[in-house]
Amino acid sequence: MGIEARNITKTFGTFTALRDVSLSVATGELVALLGPSGSGKTTLLRIIAGLEEPDSGSGAILFHDEDVARRRVGSRQVGFVFQHYALFRHMTVFENVAFGLRVRPKAHRPGRNLIKYKVMRLLKLVQLENMAHRYPHQLSGGQRQRVALARALAIEPKVLLLDEPFGALDAKVRQELRQWLRRLHDEIHLTSVFVTHDQDEALELADRVLVMNEGRIEQIGTPDEVFHRPTTEFVVQFLGQVNFFHGRLEGGKVHFATLAMESPEHAGAPTQAARVFIRPHQLDIGVERSDQPALEAVVLRIHSAGPNVRLELQAKSGERLHAELTQDRYRKLGISTGSTVYVTPREVKVFAEKT
Amino acid sequence: MAGTVALKLTSGARRQTTEAIAEPRWVRWLLIGVTLGFLGLFLFVPLMVVFVEALSQGWRAYVYSLADADTQSAIRMTLTTAAFAVPINTLFGVLAAWAIAKFQFVGKSVLITLIDLPYSVSPVIAGMIFVMLFGRGGWFWPWLEAHDIRIVYAPAGIIIATLFVTFPFVARELIPLMQSQGTEEEEAARLLGASGLQTFWRITLPNIKWGLLYGVILCNARAMGEFGAVSVVVGNIASTNTMPLHVERLYKGGCDSELAAAFTVASLLAMLALVTLVLKSLLQWKTTESISPEELRYTGD
Repeated sequence: MGIEARNITKTFGTFTALRDVSLSVATGELVALLGPSGSGKTTLLRIIAGLEEPDSGSGAILFHDEDVARRRVGSRQVGFVFQHYALFRHMTVFENVAFGLRVRPKAHRPGRNLIKYKVMRLLKLVQLENMAHRYPHQLSGGQRQRVALARALAIEPKVLLLDEPFGALDAKVRQELRQWLRRLHDEIHLTSVFVTHDQDEALELADRVLVMNEGRIEQIGTPDEVFHRPTTEFVVQFLGQVNFFHGRLEGGKVHFATLAMESPEHAGAPTQAARVFIRPHQLDIGVERSDQPALEAVVLRIHSAGPNVRLELQAKSGERLHAELTQDRYRKLGISTGSTVYVTPREVKVFAEKT
Repeated sequence: MAGTVALKLTSGARRQTTEAIAEPRWVRWLLIGVTLGFLGLFLFVPLMVVFVEALSQGWRAYVYSLADADTQSAIRMTLTTAAFAVPINTLFGVLAAWAIAKFQFVGKSVLITLIDLPYSVSPVIAGMIFVMLFGRGGWFWPWLEAHDIRIVYAPAGIIIATLFVTFPFVARELIPLMQSQGTEEEEAARLLGASGLQTFWRITLPNIKWGLLYGVILCNARAMGEFGAVSVVVGNIASTNTMPLHVERLYKGGCDSELAAAFTVASLLAMLALVTLVLKSLLQWKTTESISPEELRYTGD
């Protein structure tokens, strides 16, 4: 295992930031900690780095099967990229990257030329070799981000931790850097964990995603697993837009609005209240009543700018719905605001109501 | 003082006079004129008077009164006081600001209030506190007498009173600066393997150096110029005199040559004030630069 954290609990005063959290990251893996603000993801990252200590008596942190929990921050060999980069503002790009090498004890400090060689190699890796003598405030956000990364890599870290690495960048730069970081990771294969609240970022970039909420891990899985096979209501709701219905489970079927659908996973369940979730793209839209059970709805609004067309619908049964369909399908339907449509769910996610 | 950071930030941002707030020309000229007139009357004229009066008996008398033994000893006493008060309060100020800006602890707001105490207490009261503590019949008097130590009516008293009066300057200057800079750079340095001491010398100190110097200069100006507290502690002993006390004593002397001598010493203090003012504005400009170009850029966008 590249990184292992076992049974970490962390409280700040009366606030519990982490409740008995465990996580393991395989060597060379890129893992995303995904969750809303206040979910404890940054605290977990800072505990792994050694910037915070877990509550006494709780937990262990291992890097490559070696216990580092008792080690001081500086000796853990963690590469850490801060959300706002935390570049040393009075130092040039070169000096920033060289810092980790220059502060080493004399016996382990590389010579002047070796430092220069290593720093320039890193700056080349992050495509900033021409910026070596600039100061942080003379760089764009994306460039600062890459300096922070080069600085973290300079100490040849055992693991790389990134706190909201793209949080402070505008949308276009964010997209570019995301792909660049993935390519970089495939090149250097450093065990890495990054924190994000953006589900697209987590799903696109990570080998595995760890969804967190209120100090707990909700689900760990590949991006495919967490998106298509969410195990908790929170994961369903956090990973993109979703339509919600109150329903009832009865004899292996779930009843909601005016519909009844098979729910094989609840085949043996007793009759009970249920919560039903349907993603917008899993709603089929038709303009004529078919023999399929469907919800009758009126089109309230159409957002057609984008790769897909999004519809806001008002169901006859009272619910407000969001549906998503391809441009092709939308044009074939020939609908406009005020049209009546028939909505058929293709797939639903059902959770028995907690009592 | 608490508002200095906000002030510096806005003074760094690009200022624009928009149509909406543009006043007619005569209003602008009136406002500027009143301000300049007021400054001239209450600052420039008095300053002129000090130098004119100091030189009223001619250059020879000016140099002669500077060479006077009592004046010399007053200058020495003032320099000695500053030499103790400024370094000690600089050290204290950095430590206090560090503790307040970088750590969370119970009683933090109480500490901030206590640091401000010398601002709100009249210097005369401050002087009296030390007379009560160390003077004849004071709390520590029996012990001091037993060990034959004199504080009140002695140089030690001047230094202690000055320490009290000047201790907020450096801390007050650094606290908002360090708070606005946060702890991330220090954390980054520690993660990269720097020791606590390396982090302080290479990261923290360079980030606060201009603010620190600014605080030191203000602290120095006050240490050299303090009158009230020192006056109470020293009483009427002529042999222990600082420059401000010496000015008063000469002035009270009354004859023409003493009056001119009073203004001569006063002119030294005035020059100190001018130098302080120039350094202060230079440093203010520097701290604005160093506080964080990012923050400035955000306000500019």
